[in-house]
Amino acid sequence: MSVASLAEKSDVTRSDFFAPSLKKRLAYVAVFAYLVYAAATLGLSLDRIEKGVGYGVRFLAGFFPPNFTETDIIPGLLESLQIAFLSSLIGTALAIPIAILAARNLMPPWVSWLARLLIIFCRSFHPVIVAIIAVKAVGFGALAGIIALTFASIGFVGKLLSEAIEEISKKQIEAVRATGASFMNVIAYGVVPQVMNRFIGFVAYETDSNLRNSTMVGVVGAGGIGGTLFSAFQRFDYNFVAGIIICIIGLVMIGEVLQIYVKRVFR
Amino acid sequence: MTTATLEMQRWIRFTPLQRLSRFAVFFAMAAAIAWALKTIEIIPEFLYDAPEQVVDMATRMWPIDWDHFWPAVWPALVETMHMSAMATILGLMMGIPVGFLAARNATPFLWVNLIAKFILVATRSISTLIWALFFVAMFGPGPLAGALAIAFHSIGFIGKMFSEAVEESNKGSIEALQATGATRMQQIIMGYWPQVLPTFWSVALFRWDINVRESAVLGLVGAGGIGMALNAAIDLIQWQRVALILLTIFIVVILIETIVTQIRKKVI
Amino acid sequence: MSTLSIKHLVKEYVPGKPVLKDISLDIEGRGITAIIGPSGTGKSTLIRCVNRLIDPTAGEILFEGQDLAKLSGQPLREARRRIGMVFQEYNLVERLTVMENVLSGRLGYMNAWSAWRRKFDESDIQKAFALLTRVGLADFANRRADELSGGQRQRVGIARAVMQSPGLLLADEPTSSLDPKTSVEIMEVMRDLAAENNIPVMINIHQVDLGKRYAQRVIGMSGGLVVYDGAPDGLDADILKTIYGGQDWLAT
Repeated sequence: MSVASLAEKSDVTRSDFFAPSLKKRLAYVAVFAYLVYAAATLGLSLDRIEKGVGYGVRFLAGFFPPNFTETDIIPGLLESLQIAFLSSLIGTALAIPIAILAARNLMPPWVSWLARLLIIFCRSFHPVIVAIIAVKAVGFGALAGIIALTFASIGFVGKLLSEAIEEISKKQIEAVRATGASFMNVIAYGVVPQVMNRFIGFVAYETDSNLRNSTMVGVVGAGGIGGTLFSAFQRFDYNFVAGIIICIIGLVMIGEVLQIYVKRVFR
Repeated sequence: MTTATLEMQRWIRFTPLQRLSRFAVFFAMAAAIAWALKTIEIIPEFLYDAPEQVVDMATRMWPIDWDHFWPAVWPALVETMHMSAMATILGLMMGIPVGFLAARNATPFLWVNLIAKFILVATRSISTLIWALFFVAMFGPGPLAGALAIAFHSIGFIGKMFSEAVEESNKGSIEALQATGATRMQQIIMGYWPQVLPTFWSVALFRWDINVRESAVLGLVGAGGIGMALNAAIDLIQWQRVALILLTIFIVVILIETIVTQIRKKVI
Repeated sequence: MSTLSIKHLVKEYVPGKPVLKDISLDIEGRGITAIIGPSGTGKSTLIRCVNRLIDPTAGEILFEGQDLAKLSGQPLREARRRIGMVFQEYNLVERLTVMENVLSGRLGYMNAWSAWRRKFDESDIQKAFALLTRVGLADFANRRADELSGGQRQRVGIARAVMQSPGLLLADEPTSSLDPKTSVEIMEVMRDLAAENNIPVMINIHQVDLGKRYAQRVIGMSGGLVVYDGAPDGLDADILKTIYGGQDWLAT
């Protein structure tokens, strides 16, 4: 029986294996239709795109050559770094106990419920919004930025860490408890080894996130290079804008490289 | 237990090199923190004033201005949802190809990888607010600028997640396809894509969740969405409206999170 | 004076349906006591009530002059460190090294700061090394626990329990996850280490032949009650039938 004759004799058709799923097709059509509708609501028209691209080209021309020489750049960048460091430090330090309190496998329900509510609250508001409120509370400057990003860090690390703690194996903890270890010792020998790797990953990601955000909160007056950027923009000083942007990208890239090294040391 | 003859053993937890590196990292971090604490400018008066200011603001926010909702907040909210949905879709459309280009196994040309990786880092470093500044200048104020800003910013994450997923995918299945003479495009569609599909849903949902939050903020620079209503309320010093908008944002964010968690359970 | 004295122990997971109905027994100072019985009869519950990993509903558990059933907080922890436990699935902390796992037996005696910094007493470190050598794992001291085979992990588990210098060693089905040859090895390690260090052993086991071979005393449980308490030789077919019910499995 050759393959060819087998094929002749069979009576399966293409649609037996690749039957178009009606549901899937409808889904694609729905998504496409939504895209068209949303685009219209947003005012996306060909004419507008054309004009925009025209502006865009003029823009890009205005970026060159990038201007780094204004004296405002260094203090602004340094302030952003400060904000990023301090908020990461304080945020992570606070997030650790909160995450332990929020872990449903370690704590009674009413405790974990409260802690999780706190974490959700910290996460729901964009750091810029928190920055606006912080500026109202403590005035313009880096402190507002630190407060805003600390909240963001607590929310971010707190959520991920509490989820990591909830996923650990109960058996390993049970054995440590059976030796008569205190609660803190159980955490140190039972919980920490199981979440340490992931924790380092979260902290690295969060520091990177804070670094990027710290360049943004300045737009509402909470310190850092964001403010310098915003005013440059409003002055149409695009050469300076380009310079700042390149510095920001450079900063983030350096941060990435450092992260890889630190991760390797601790993992 | 006759172990008298056992030699005294030393228990070494970390090798000397490991100890040195760990110490170096701790030291560097401590130095950075010390520098930051020393040089940061904090005006003490503002700090002491803070609790008072917060209480003052809280009292001004009460009672919440519910009447403001339907005329101003609701349309802005709808706009925000459209913005974030469009932005997620556009971000996926742009980010996925760049992600594939950045993956060493799907695109073996080193210089293409590097350029793609640079694009990913660059788009990610420029925060949405800054992208929004550009697009507002290019396309005028409104949600179009906002959607594009979020979309471009997302390219970085989406591309990074995808390139990592592609780089971790099973080499064997790709090799098999290559052996049948499939073109690169075919390898991508039949080899890589099925393997990264779970990542697709995970990333899409994650990004949509974040994008909703971002779109609430872009209005501060004129890029549409509920942020514009927020900005207007702040400018007019109408704290009760601000409270309403903040509450709305909070509820919407929680709703989206719940929806996303439910979808995640079903799809992933 | 017996080391462990259990009086009228009752445990109900669901009110009205007790798993342990009325258990009373005394464990003397030396040797291995094996507890046998079908699944679900409460063997594991009994063992875990002793060190309070499970809380009893009623009854007394007298150990070293205290009623364990009534303790909580710091006194309970102090009592626990006097009781070592070996688990069915070894329950080692997989990401820690073998050495750290053995030394974690001393955690009941250390404050949080020294524990975190791994500042164990030198004598403890020497003892840990000695124990590892005794169980044949001296070369594995710095390996991560998840790199070891099942039998090796259980030996680490036993070393950890003995590290506590306990007054009593509990074992909850320590050989159930191991192949027959390794099971025998583990039973011998436990027997020898316990004998050398004068620790009575209470072991919960479902392989009856292993129990008979290594224990000086066998307790048979059925339906939440003790139905046999005596020498291994006394376990004839009738008694085993009472405990396990059904004859088929006896015909091996």
